[in-house]
Amino acid sequence: MRHTLTLFLTLAAFWMLNSGHTSVLMLSLGTISVVFVLYIAHRIDVVDHESQPIHLSYKLPGYFLWLLKELLLANIAVVKSIWLGKNFISPAFTTIKATQKTDIGKVIYANSITITPGTVTVDLVGDRLTVHALFQENLDILKAGEMDRRVSRLEN
Amino acid sequence: MTLDINTIVEILSGFCLLIGSFLCISGGVGILRFPDFYTRMHAVGVTDTLAAGMILVGLMLQNPDALVVIKLLMILVMTLFINPTASHALAKAAFHNGLMPVLDDTEILNSKERNKTTDNDLEPK
Repeated sequence: MRHTLTLFLTLAAFWMLNSGHTSVLMLSLGTISVVFVLYIAHRIDVVDHESQPIHLSYKLPGYFLWLLKELLLANIAVVKSIWLGKNFISPAFTTIKATQKTDIGKVIYANSITITPGTVTVDLVGDRLTVHALFQENLDILKAGEMDRRVSRLEN
Repeated sequence: MTLDINTIVEILSGFCLLIGSFLCISGGVGILRFPDFYTRMHAVGVTDTLAAGMILVGLMLQNPDALVVIKLLMILVMTLFINPTASHALAKAAFHNGLMPVLDDTEILNSKERNKTTDNDLEPK
């Protein structure tokens, strides 16, 4: 029930911000479409803690800020190597361990790795992530596990 | 000379757009310069994240309408969520079809040999 409510509010806010109309006709059409989407979401059974991770919502903004900082640093490193050329990269390929317990935690970790330029998650089997990196140092930093710890802290 | 707030916002916006464009070009140059599929994907990552972000922030500063700013923010959030999914799908497809990454000089020969064997495996008999 909680997830249905948050999904309804999210969809309503999304519709409102995208349309910007406030006439009665438009609002009722919007409500109908939101309810229709809710019905479909229930029918295909996707309304749960994974599609609506509300238990994470108050911890996520802090993590996003930290991730933004990491993104900035990684971008600068990759752009530098682009202009300096091939001799300044050291591509590496390895598997690392994810310590998250839930599926959603692992997915957040894998996607955080992928979105940072310079590292891409190629595969995720069980708790082993296969990662390709542009620099050897990237992998060392990942293995040191700061991002892993931060994601783990998100889930409990 | 007095700087009013509009001029400052205009300058900031231009600065963001300029940096974003430079990063986009860098991403393109990276695609051409890097040696193999996986490293090229990292170059695209720059265009995906910081370049798109900078350009969208620049556009937000151009427009005083709150509704437009929120829409641009939504575009930014959507790109940040969709891009890792797309890059992962791409990398996984390449890896599972036997494309081995070119690693450091010491291992290039090794990976070439591995590539050869997988090519032979894939050839129809």
